Amino acid sequence: MRRLYPAWVKWPQLDYALLAALVLLMGFGLLVLYSASGQDMSVVYRQGVRIGVGLVAMLVLSQVPPHILRMWTPYLYGIGLILLMATWFFGVGRSTNRWLDIGPIRFQPSEIMKLGVPMMVAWYLHPRRLPPDLVSIAVSGLILLAPVVLIVRQPDLGTSLLVAVSGCFTLFLAGLQWRYILALAGLAAAAAPALWFVMREYQRNRVRTFLDPESDPLGSGWNIIQSKIAVGSGGVFGKGWLNGTQSNLEFIPERHTDFILAVLSEEFGLVGVLLLFAVYLFIVGRGLYIASMARQTYARLLAGSLALTFFVYVLVNGGMVSGILPVVGVPLPLISYGGTSIVTLLAGFGILMSFYSHRNFIR
Amino acid sequence: MNLGAFSSRPAGRPIKDDVGEGRMFGDRALLAFLLCLVAILLLGLRYVYLQVISHDEFSTRSLSNRVRIVPVAPNRGLIYDRRGRPVAENMPAYRLELVPEKVDDVEQTIQVLSEIIELPEDAYERFQKTRTRYRVFDSVPLKFNLTEQEVARFAVDRHNFNGLEIVPYLSRNYPYKDLLTHVLGYVGRLDEDDLNRVEESNYRGTTHIGKAGIERYYEDALHGVSGVEKIETNAQGRVLQVLERQDPVHGDDLILSLDVLIQQAAWDALGERAGAVIAMDPNDGSILAMVSKPAFDANLFVHGISTKDYRGLLSAPDRPLFNRAILGGYEPGSTLKPFIALAGLELGVTTPQRRIFSSGNFQLSPNSRPYRDWRKGGHGWVTVEQALEQSVNTYFYQLALDLGIDNIHDYLAPFGFGEPTGLDLIGENSGVLPSRPLKRGQFGLPWYPGETVITGIGQGFNVVTPVQLVVALSALVNGGIRYEPRLLFAAKQAGDEQAHRVNAPVAAQIPVRDPANWDVVQEGMRLVVHGAQGTARAIKPASGFQIAGKSGTAQVATQSETTDRQSADTAAHLRHHALFIAYAPSENPGIVVAAVVEHGGGGSSQAAPVARAVIDAWLSQEILP
Repeated sequence: MRRLYPAWVKWPQLDYALLAALVLLMGFGLLVLYSASGQDMSVVYRQGVRIGVGLVAMLVLSQVPPHILRMWTPYLYGIGLILLMATWFFGVGRSTNRWLDIGPIRFQPSEIMKLGVPMMVAWYLHPRRLPPDLVSIAVSGLILLAPVVLIVRQPDLGTSLLVAVSGCFTLFLAGLQWRYILALAGLAAAAAPALWFVMREYQRNRVRTFLDPESDPLGSGWNIIQSKIAVGSGGVFGKGWLNGTQSNLEFIPERHTDFILAVLSEEFGLVGVLLLFAVYLFIVGRGLYIASMARQTYARLLAGSLALTFFVYVLVNGGMVSGILPVVGVPLPLISYGGTSIVTLLAGFGILMSFYSHRNFIR
Repeated sequence: MNLGAFSSRPAGRPIKDDVGEGRMFGDRALLAFLLCLVAILLLGLRYVYLQVISHDEFSTRSLSNRVRIVPVAPNRGLIYDRRGRPVAENMPAYRLELVPEKVDDVEQTIQVLSEIIELPEDAYERFQKTRTRYRVFDSVPLKFNLTEQEVARFAVDRHNFNGLEIVPYLSRNYPYKDLLTHVLGYVGRLDEDDLNRVEESNYRGTTHIGKAGIERYYEDALHGVSGVEKIETNAQGRVLQVLERQDPVHGDDLILSLDVLIQQAAWDALGERAGAVIAMDPNDGSILAMVSKPAFDANLFVHGISTKDYRGLLSAPDRPLFNRAILGGYEPGSTLKPFIALAGLELGVTTPQRRIFSSGNFQLSPNSRPYRDWRKGGHGWVTVEQALEQSVNTYFYQLALDLGIDNIHDYLAPFGFGEPTGLDLIGENSGVLPSRPLKRGQFGLPWYPGETVITGIGQGFNVVTPVQLVVALSALVNGGIRYEPRLLFAAKQAGDEQAHRVNAPVAAQIPVRDPANWDVVQEGMRLVVHGAQGTARAIKPASGFQIAGKSGTAQVATQSETTDRQSADTAAHLRHHALFIAYAPSENPGIVVAAVVEHGGGGSSQAAPVARAVIDAWLSQEILP
């Protein structure tokens, strides 16, 4: 059979099932974004560019063999830590120092740590015997806590919890014994009240509002109330694309970023929401499958942790929009408008794909 | 960095069990997936609950989202002077508002609108900046304080402008324009920065906030508490009825201790010259007048000053935005002498009887640089009283040397020199009270005796503000009580029948060792005006009313033999600043004044008449019931 392309072209090794799910998700996301932005094409273009950048990152990372990734891990983690410390001194942004300005680029170093922490924990556990012994658990805990403490100080409670969660997943997948899991859970539950004192006033307000949204219906309670109205009024089949009154009349706050799921729910109804959840579930399932296919500890742990963390975003955002979790600035992955998050997520999937295409290699 | 050593398998540990690990990982991954499945099902159930079971309820609420909760801004508290004259009031006015939701092309609408209503050139940019504070169906103010003609012209063309509305409101007005600007400050459009210093939820309906002066310092009291209105609108957003209302609580009315007539007298006495005048009641620390010139009309800022006008004010060489009364740092010159004299007497370094010979030149040692008297040939033998009357430098050169810089610093500090007085305005200058540690800290240099000498006549490192002078002099004439001065005299909260007096706190009580010493200094200051050789005898009232004072001259550049800095012929910017501090009546004083005339020349000839005019105005007010 004649080739349709020259012989030197090699199709990149990708997990096409995963890629298809991602593209489907992001395409749907752009559609919702167009509606949520008040039919502003420029917002859609900008998001498209970010997706493009993310896809390139994914493509590049998917071609890097796992052992190279593993070699880079400590450096990435170290750079992330240094950048996080730099936000203390050079941070920009209103009232919180999450952003770093480097020439034309402005980004949150905490995003790097969403990859950096699970990578580092996996890197550390890779040569060790699993399930981890107490020393390994303690060192993993330190690897995890250093960036988390720095991010809490920014202050960005939401991201710090997510970074912590990603590290915990790595440990969980490494076979952390149940007695330790229970002990840690107990410890966390006991420490929860202390969290209240770490929180800034605006964060406490969010919690208060979550407990009683009607206390400030014009202010912070507004978000939760209006978001629930949007979701509920969508019904089973939704009001139709571009027809959401809650979103078009701008009753929904942050409607193209953190609350985009409310717009989707209003316009596409329960059917749209469940389809969306199904795609997310497929993605995490595929991620876990890739993880269990991998033959080396590093790849297994990292792939599994990335997939599970991804899913936590979905759960937290879905809970926030439907009013069962407090408002914690976690975007709906791959759908919410916003730069760094999409690029990091797609980079993470690039790593997954690399593990997939190198699944038959031992080293 | 050798990472290999760290990452390689630690010696002595058992070898990894790849098969067992893989199996265990598979179990864990499966478990995780099942947990995900359960979680997403539960979340899905939540959406089922919202979208199916509660659908009807939320559907109704979505439809009835025409019910809006609208914040109602409280009326800002009024400000009066001591005698009840309104100095900041709320005037009915009209503003133009735009509802972004109902206007398709805001930029074009503004363009068309500008043909009938005068809008600033950057109206669109400003609109974009402010709109972020509002939701789309909230109206955004486009222009404040429309003229009657503009209101009429808009009414005629109203049908062309959907989504635009003329709204009555209360606009801040300062009837005395520039006279009180440096005291009152002004309100201006609320912006992002302001929101950081107030509670946002209380400012949702508020368009203006205190930006400077009293308006800023007492913002919390003046603003009041915002109310809320639940209103029902039709699909076009027009208000059908008010469903519920929680009334706002209007801000506190403030009564200032200022007297507009005294203020006016001080203003007029300064004339076209730049300078500052501040007057205080030494018995309670209340400020009677506070003028800084040049000034500007605060009303300009209320309706949004144009960039051009603002730049003009910023770049004007005589700095009209600068409140000299609290920010202006001047060399005190001879106005410091009464305090040095009191230090000498109270610390027992000199006596009322001691005489010092003034030859016109004072030298630390033969052949060293001479320090001069202002009169060629000197004043002869003088007591401390005469030294004050004639402003004899030599007496104070010697006295300062006898005291030493440490004593001078320690005695003057309780009078409030070198620190903010605590007046109820923001951004006061703290001035400089020289000391050894200060000089070492700032310049890393030791203190030289020559610097002590000139400190005796208020030169060298000394820097004072007019408000510091008036506070210190009050303490000198009221038996040593240093007040934290107050512009606020009384405040009246919403619902109160009567205003409540606000008392100025006492910042320090200066110990009195021998009241006779204080009398000597006061007598010396009385002689400045009433003595045969008094430097300010020109302002002595013919009526026999007793005024006490002390002139001073602040050097603008270092002394040179060739230029006569006090002469009117010298270029204005090279002339010295003229200072005068005064109080009256000399027995039981009721008013203390500090006046600074920038580049005025001599303190006695330029600043003393200003102080006299203020005292006259005060007297005429005192006669009133």
